[in-house]
Amino acid sequence: MTTLFSPALAARFDKLVTLYPIRRSALVPMLLYAQDEVGYLFDPVIAEIAERVGATELEVRNVISYYSMLRTKPAGKYHVQVCTNISCMLRGGNEILDHCKKKLGIPNKGVTADGLFSLEEVECIGACSWAPAAQVNYDFHENLTPASIDQVLADYRAKSEKGAAK
Amino acid sequence: MATLSTHPDCVPVVSYRFGKGAANIDKYLELDGYQAARKALALGPDGIIAEMKASNLRGRGGAGFPTGLKWSFVPKQSAKPKYVLVNGDESEPGTCKDRLILEQDPHAVIEGTIIAGLSVQSQMGFIYLRGEYRYLLEIMERAVADAYAEGFLGKNIFGSGVDFDIVTQTGAGAYEVGEESALMESLEGKRGIPRIRPPFPAVVGLYGGPTIINNAETIATVPHVFRLGGAEYAKIGTERNGGTRLFCLSGHIERPGVYELPMGYNLKKMIYEVGGGIPGGKKLKAVVPGGASTPALTADEIDIGMDFDQVGKAGSMLGSGGVVVLDETTCMVEFALRTMKFYAHESCGWCIPCREGTDWLKKSLTRLHEGGAVDKDIDNIRYLAENMLGRTFCPLGDAAAMPTIAFVKKWRKEFEDHLEGKGCPYRHTHQEELVGG
Repeated sequence: MTTLFSPALAARFDKLVTLYPIRRSALVPMLLYAQDEVGYLFDPVIAEIAERVGATELEVRNVISYYSMLRTKPAGKYHVQVCTNISCMLRGGNEILDHCKKKLGIPNKGVTADGLFSLEEVECIGACSWAPAAQVNYDFHENLTPASIDQVLADYRAKSEKGAAK
Repeated sequence: MATLSTHPDCVPVVSYRFGKGAANIDKYLELDGYQAARKALALGPDGIIAEMKASNLRGRGGAGFPTGLKWSFVPKQSAKPKYVLVNGDESEPGTCKDRLILEQDPHAVIEGTIIAGLSVQSQMGFIYLRGEYRYLLEIMERAVADAYAEGFLGKNIFGSGVDFDIVTQTGAGAYEVGEESALMESLEGKRGIPRIRPPFPAVVGLYGGPTIINNAETIATVPHVFRLGGAEYAKIGTERNGGTRLFCLSGHIERPGVYELPMGYNLKKMIYEVGGGIPGGKKLKAVVPGGASTPALTADEIDIGMDFDQVGKAGSMLGSGGVVVLDETTCMVEFALRTMKFYAHESCGWCIPCREGTDWLKKSLTRLHEGGAVDKDIDNIRYLAENMLGRTFCPLGDAAAMPTIAFVKKWRKEFEDHLEGKGCPYRHTHQEELVGG
């Protein structure tokens, strides 16, 4: 089949559907891994994944709308997810979120004009004993202060610029 | 990196291999790794279940159901394949213990899954991790591959003639999927909505086959039960509450962290001695004893042993081991609101009392916190919450309602202080949106 994914990911998907008693079980991981590679779940991606797992596109859309990490619109290159749930709230999670909004100049669920950062207030990410915490893409950043989140954001910006200079 | 915190009262059982590089299979084998699975193979299904029953190990996900008993419910004969499903969808607010296990001792989860499989003659297990735990999924995938390479998984494991496969699975962001029936739906590639029970998963579960579902901490404890012996493991804890558990201390506490303590450890001591008390010499106001779903205790109610029965007797639940500490400056209405905002966000929408109830409670609590509420709102909040209890397919509705009832009952004065257009007397400035979000 023609594919929208890299050869490595396409090969991984070919194998993934064989691991379970039913192909459909590969759907949730496949959506997430596809999103990791292509950024978000746009129509042709949904169509290909539906075919791979043997579901209708509507069924796939129903699944996408349920899971909070799956998105049908682009996010920033670095998706900043700040937890404000109880343990983080008690230790300044809301202040970290407000600080990010100001620093990045975007609201919750916004994307910066250059596409580098997006911001999202998220529910508990499992870092309660090291609160307040945030995840940037899949990396955890814990025991945050406004100063330390500034440094985290600056490091990602520098990483991106270094990548672009190559 | 998630690391364990220690205190002289800690008893390392589950954390026996933490900090020793046990994610590496050679190191794991050096530290008695995969000996428990060999013992279990020799014991056979009935022997395994007898050992598990003797251990008094109870489910670490929150409900505290005896693990050995749960396994014994799986029918011996089944036309459909049997499965083991490990719940690593850790997302109960206040809980961050599975992260430590998955990072520091992934082979204990694999070995526990094998033993659970042997107990019911299953040939396939799934280890499901929440989507946010990608780095842990990578650690787990490597560990599974290493176990295959050693012949501990796959065909003829340990040369015993028994076959057993493990597949790792990622979620993609959903608290509700931590509920056992929604977890199965998710693994079948669907929206994570709960199934009505009975039939229970032990009889009709994943792909319609009999299924054992256990929390990742429960499964990681299993090899240690066999390492120590069921009866010895039981002795560490209290009556009917065997062993230790990983308690996650968070919130207003001097030394937050994950500590492994014996079941039944005194909560007051846990906060003031293990956790170092409340920062800045402030007074304690409340403690959430076992994750956001469990009713909060007042400062006068914490002189209790932390096991399922004693916390239950105090009107709350031991839950997931997430101990959240609140000092005197905390606004309980704001805390109740943040808790409800979470449940309203996470309700899957399948059962109307939960879908509508959480949303109305969020709106009512928002209005109260912002200062626009009237007298009867306080009773309405309690009435609404009480009418959600027991009226949903899964416990998420109860999990939202129970803490809310306790907040209103125990801190009613604080709710009243918000009336007459006064807004929050604790001057918390964070604004909540009334609609949407």
